[in-house]
This record gives sequence, C-alpha cells and structure tokens, in this order.
Amino acid sequence: MAATSTRLSGLLGRVLQTGVGVSAAVALLGGSIYLGRHGTSLTEYGEFRGVPHGLDTVRGIVRGALEGRGRWITQFALLILIATPIARVALSAVAFARDGDRTYVAICLFVLAMLLVGLLGGIG
Amino acid sequence: MTVFGVTLLIALGSFAAGLLGALTGLGGGIVIVPMLTLVFHVHLRYAAGAALVSVIATSSGAGAAYVREGFTNIRLAMFLEIATVLGALAGAYAAAFVPPRALAVAFAAVLLHAAYRSLRPHPDRATISAPHPWAARLRLNGVEPLPDGGGRAYTVQSVPLGFAIMSVAGAISGLLGIGSGALKVLALDQAMRLPYKVSAATSNFMIGVTAAASAGIYIRRGYVDPGLAFPVMIGVLLGALVGARLLAAAPTRHLRTLFTVVIVVLAIEMLARAIQGEF
Repeated sequence: MAATSTRLSGLLGRVLQTGVGVSAAVALLGGSIYLGRHGTSLTEYGEFRGVPHGLDTVRGIVRGALEGRGRWITQFALLILIATPIARVALSAVAFARDGDRTYVAICLFVLAMLLVGLLGGIG
Repeated sequence: MTVFGVTLLIALGSFAAGLLGALTGLGGGIVIVPMLTLVFHVHLRYAAGAALVSVIATSSGAGAAYVREGFTNIRLAMFLEIATVLGALAGAYAAAFVPPRALAVAFAAVLLHAAYRSLRPHPDRATISAPHPWAARLRLNGVEPLPDGGGRAYTVQSVPLGFAIMSVAGAISGLLGIGSGALKVLALDQAMRLPYKVSAATSNFMIGVTAAASAGIYIRRGYVDPGLAFPVMIGVLLGALVGARLLAAAPTRHLRTLFTVVIVVLAIEMLARAIQGEF
C-alpha cells in the first residue's frame, strides 16, 4: 500500500514536471518570437475583441505554430499546459489498473470522460 | 505602454500570484484578475482567460513538488474530482438560469463567514479521531509529512459533506470562472478535517483539473490571448515552484493566517465586481 502510493506519486510528479517544463520551454520560444516582432508596439487589451483568427481552435493553433508564428507557438504551449492535468488523470488510471485497484480505475476513467466531454464542448 | 514593458511587469506580478497561489491552494487567479483589470486596464474577459492559465500553471508547477513530498492526498483528490467536474459541467449548463451576480454575493458571504470562523481560536484537533466509514473503504486516510522528516497520520471526516461542497466548488468555477480553490480548501480543511498543508496541497492538485475542464470554452471564446498568457504562465510557474519549496518548512499558523487574509480580499473582490455589474 505504502509502496504503491510512492510509485504513483513518483509517476504523477514526473508527469507534472515534464508537462510544465515542455510547455514553459515552448512558451519561451513563442514569446521571444512575439516580443522580437511586436515588442515595441503598444498593447491594446482595454476592449474585448477576441483573439486573432486561428488562435481559438486546436487546428488553427497547430497550423500557425508550424509556420513559426510567435503567438501561435505560445498558444500551443498553453495546450500542452492544459493537457498536463488531463494526462495525469489518464496515467493515474493506468497506475491504479496495474495495482488491481478497480474502484480507483473507475473513478479516474469517469473523471477523464467528463473532462473530455467538457473539452469537446469547447475547442473540439 | 509597449508590449515589452507590459510583458515584464505582468511576469513580475504573476510571480507573486504563483507564490501566493501555491502556498494557499487557491491558484493565483485572485491576484491576476485585479492586477490585469485595475493596473493594466485589461478587459475582464482577457483577464479571466489569463486567470485560467495561472490556475493550471500553479497547479502543475507546485503539484510536482507537493506530490513527491507526500503532501497531496492523491486518492482523495481523485475521488473528489468526480464532484468538481460534475459540478463544473452542471455550472456551465446552469449559467443560463442562475443569476451570476446573486451567486457572487452569496459566495462572498460564505468566504467572509469562513474567515470569521478561522479567526476564532482553534481547539487542538484530535488527528486520530475515527474516520468516516467511506474514508476507510476508499482508503482516503493518510500521513502528513513533518519538517523533521517524520510523518503524522490523519483521518478523513465527513466525506459526504466534503463531496457536496466540492460539487458546489465545481459549479462556482463553471459559473463565475474564479474562486473554486477557496471552497476546495474550506471543504478539505474545515469539513473533512485534513491537516492544513495537506488541504492546500490537495486543493492545489485538484484546481488544475477543474480549470482544464473549462479551458476549451475559454479558448474558443477568444478569452485566452497569448500575449498576456505568456508572461502570466512564466511568472506563475516560477512563483509556484518557489512557493512549493516554502510550504514544507512554513509554520501552519502563518499559512492559515495568509489564507484567511486572502479569502477576505477575494470576498471583497467578488462584492466589488458584483456591484459593478461584471457578472
């Protein structure tokens, strides 16, 4: 029991750390490109105008990021950041399954399913 | 102001948000929203998008350390996430029927009451009182790590009540966008009677999942602007990493006081926004 939870916490710690590290690195890349190109322009956030086209869907974000556009790369980093807690729920299910803990496998899979329902209702 | 200057200043403020968010289990949105709207005159919707980013960044940034050190009660978090995600989905659905303004005022009242309660002297908790029967069946009881390297066993009380409060916390995050961390800490600390640091770390672990549930909708609606999200994310991550290092050694009494001050500020913020008609 104690050994199990140490293994689980080691796994989840690694998942969170990897997600954070990768997304921070990608965000720094995107942010540097953005600052290099627009660093001296003036900011305009006082009025709500949404975001430039393509920053509001997964497909648009990936396409812009592949073209090397700064804000799209940053937005892609955010997708990685958002995926991190979802990945930790999914990997918890795997870890509990390995330990034969069916109750918690069911709990994790239920939470994962609800998360995906919420996400697909959004950016799909 | 130029993009460069704004980016730098927001990153510095976000560092403070991440630090506070990690130490209290609240996530940092309470710092990000007033900072962006009042200081940088950012529209509330962009600020809400940035706050969502800060919650997820705090949760994962501090989460890695809390999980490894053993502060996070992973089973309890997973079990209670059933309540928060269902609450969040119900809240998003109910948004059409519930007046958010009335809800914000009610929520502020709950926070002020909780702050008042925590000001009264705490009777020393018997940490090994009999757990709730569900706590044993779901193996929710745990051990709190102590600064000297040892541990102190704790039991989990009032599982159904905690579950109910978590559903409300999820619904509030779905309806108002912020503040679910405060109810999570209160449910864990005051209802389920967990040690304070375990409550903060477990809430911190859970808020990332609650926020991820509504992230898709926020991005789709154009609330998440990468120009703001970039400094928020980097600042908050660094702040959360430092905060996570401080939690283990920090005296519980100070952390509790910090939490009380922060929820009073949050209550005032909710009331001010309700009065200004922002909900």
